[in-house]
Amino acid sequence: MFESISKSLDSVFSRFRKKGGVLTEENIQEGLREIRQALLEADVNFKVAKGFVKSIQEQAVGAEVLKSVSPGQQLIKIVHDELAVLMGEKAAPIQLNPGLTVIMMVGLQGSGKTTTCGKLAKLLSKQGRKPLLVAADIQRPAAIEQLRVLGKQLEMPVYTEEGGRPPDICQNGVRQASSQGCDVVILDTAGRLHIDDALMQELETVRKKVAVDEILLVCDAMTGQDAVNSAKEFNQRLEVSGVILTKLDGDTRGGAALSIRQVTGKPIKFVGVGEKLDKLEVFHPDRMADRILGMGDVVSLVEKAQEHIDQEQAEETAAKLLNNTFTLDDMLDQFRMVKKMGSVKSLLDMVPGMKQLTGGVAMPEDMDKQFGRMEAIIQSMTPRERTHPDLIEPSRRHRIARGSGLAIADVNGLLKEFKQVRKMFQQLGGAGGKMPGGLGGKLAGKFLPGMPGGAKKAKQVKQLKKQGKLLQVADPAVLRDEMKRAEKQRKLEKRKRKDKAKQRRGNR
Amino acid sequence: MFKKLWKGLAKTREKLTSGLKGLFSGGRQLDDDFIEDLEEVLYSSDMGATAVKIIERVQKAYKKREIESTEQVFEFLKKDLAERLSGGDTSLRRAASGPTVVLVAGVNGSGKTTSIAKLTKHFKEQGLSVLLAAGDTFRAAAVEQLTIWADRLDVPIVKGETGSDPAAVAYDAVEAALARQVDILLVDTAGRLHTQKNLMTELEKIRNVLSKKIADAPHEVLLVLDATTGQNAVQQAKLFSETIQVTGLVLSKLDGTAKGGAVISIRDQVDIPVKFIGVGEQPDDLEVFEPAPFVDALLES
Repeated sequence: MFESISKSLDSVFSRFRKKGGVLTEENIQEGLREIRQALLEADVNFKVAKGFVKSIQEQAVGAEVLKSVSPGQQLIKIVHDELAVLMGEKAAPIQLNPGLTVIMMVGLQGSGKTTTCGKLAKLLSKQGRKPLLVAADIQRPAAIEQLRVLGKQLEMPVYTEEGGRPPDICQNGVRQASSQGCDVVILDTAGRLHIDDALMQELETVRKKVAVDEILLVCDAMTGQDAVNSAKEFNQRLEVSGVILTKLDGDTRGGAALSIRQVTGKPIKFVGVGEKLDKLEVFHPDRMADRILGMGDVVSLVEKAQEHIDQEQAEETAAKLLNNTFTLDDMLDQFRMVKKMGSVKSLLDMVPGMKQLTGGVAMPEDMDKQFGRMEAIIQSMTPRERTHPDLIEPSRRHRIARGSGLAIADVNGLLKEFKQVRKMFQQLGGAGGKMPGGLGGKLAGKFLPGMPGGAKKAKQVKQLKKQGKLLQVADPAVLRDEMKRAEKQRKLEKRKRKDKAKQRRGNR
Repeated sequence: MFKKLWKGLAKTREKLTSGLKGLFSGGRQLDDDFIEDLEEVLYSSDMGATAVKIIERVQKAYKKREIESTEQVFEFLKKDLAERLSGGDTSLRRAASGPTVVLVAGVNGSGKTTSIAKLTKHFKEQGLSVLLAAGDTFRAAAVEQLTIWADRLDVPIVKGETGSDPAAVAYDAVEAALARQVDILLVDTAGRLHTQKNLMTELEKIRNVLSKKIADAPHEVLLVLDATTGQNAVQQAKLFSETIQVTGLVLSKLDGTAKGGAVISIRDQVDIPVKFIGVGEQPDDLEVFEPAPFVDALLES
């Protein structure tokens, strides 16, 4: 997302960095021109870009350059702050009522309303809500069927009506909700042009008839200059409460996000980042501003990692590493864990400085492939080989290579890597020092260079652990203590379970 | 013939010409202010970086005294834009004999299925027989959507189960087209972002399958492009072209307020001609693209 804005700005700012000294009229002008051009090429609306650059100029010219920063950094700060202001300063969640919440999805044709309905329903049900989908798109052939199929996939009820008018369908759907045990209703409306008066009136009627809590405008992230026109009109007629930006997983520069936010003043609440139903993410304006400037999205990364990595499993792995019982099976688990977090590329994009380092996408893609290869090699081993890698002599290596469709050199490479990891942690087991934590051992250190990995004070680590961020920073000593504690806890629970089982048996 | 386009572009025209008229009247100087206003008009149509080139040409022409006044800039622009959009093969390629195979692709939500319905109507009105292939086996109810169109337009359709291999559907469709001796086979495909490698490979496979039984098929590869798309349209055109050798564009959704100026960037950078434009939701809301009237509609009231 926004890759190209970042790149363009990077080049401007790297020039500033080299120049050093003070902000002169001239180098501001050059920088501003490049910023404006970058924004325009990123599909930011002409007027929005113009206003943005003007306000940057006003702030930059008056600003004193602090002694400790370079003029370039100073300008980055100004651009960053302004971008953050432009896109809204903090994440805006969906307003959920204790009782029934009604959400209406509106937008142009092909913006992705129906798919997003499914995604939103999935997200809300993950939060413990019970959504009902209402099929109110009677325009597009088979749109109702599409929602029905999505409902089936999600195992959620879908309200449909043959031959009704959309306002009535919505009203009836909402009435149905409580009897179906649902507490959120998502209304899927037909795509329409913002200048189609009759169809816009239809939406106004829905709003009058049904107590709608949220009206979400679904916008295609690839939209160009016209984004301001449609967003403005939808907002004026319906007073939308938020925006969902779809198709952000492509290579669009996504300047429409800035434009839409600017003309409607409404927050972008979610972004769609893939065709699958779990590919809907909360939009974080502050992080997005960081991202535009190539400052990375560390917080997102941490959250993503937390969601997928089982803390206990991570601790177990760390224990194994320290006790030298780490096997190839554990290594396989680690690969899979990192894989689960998303493609390596999308992770790398979030890491500060990575963009400049990698330059292109070739390397991360290779990494994904590399992961696949390593998985194939390990899977071609017998269970015994995985726990006792020393068994793997040349003839076994030959077999494994054939089984995985790779060369013997690849198998050797993996085994060497494995031994190195094991050795490294063996050394760590005794001495105190740096330890990348459970995120994948050496792999984490390798792939996530921007993450803080150094030794931290015990107190800090404990605090982080409380916040669930231990995964990336851990002092071995503290980690060992933690593991001992966890081990105790597990034993205690095991005993409890046993006791309970005994009791049950006794009762019988 | 261009009544629909005219109607569809009414809003656009109003806006552009109100912009341009104010811009060109009153004997303004061709100074920085004027250039900035011109920039706004051009950028607002989604022309992107091509606007810079056009402005450079205007300035050059002004220096060379080819343009004497700001009023003449208007005429100059009209000519320049029309030239940019002309040339190349803008008519639909047909098979020398047997069925003409048309592959239709595009990103999600660009309007492929609706465009296919419109093309079907267009060909039927020319007295040609049409067969549809429901190649979007991915999106929920996409097959149903095209089937409904096939029923409404009374044309046969070849389809597979949702989730089945679209290349297999394409293969069956070619066999059916040959057996039925139809004039046109329109192959629908699932929407996909051009950055998704696997899905683009799948599309390539579909394209290759089409030539298994008819050596020179597909005769036409149409990329459906949403007119509201910004500069990403160029990326789409580039990557789809690299994968399936796009021969023409269908510019959809021109009945809104978007200007579709991205096709000028595409012409500039990838050189793919626009062949059809979509100007509404009904099956007959399709026009054969012609550069001069398109630019006229864009610039004149």
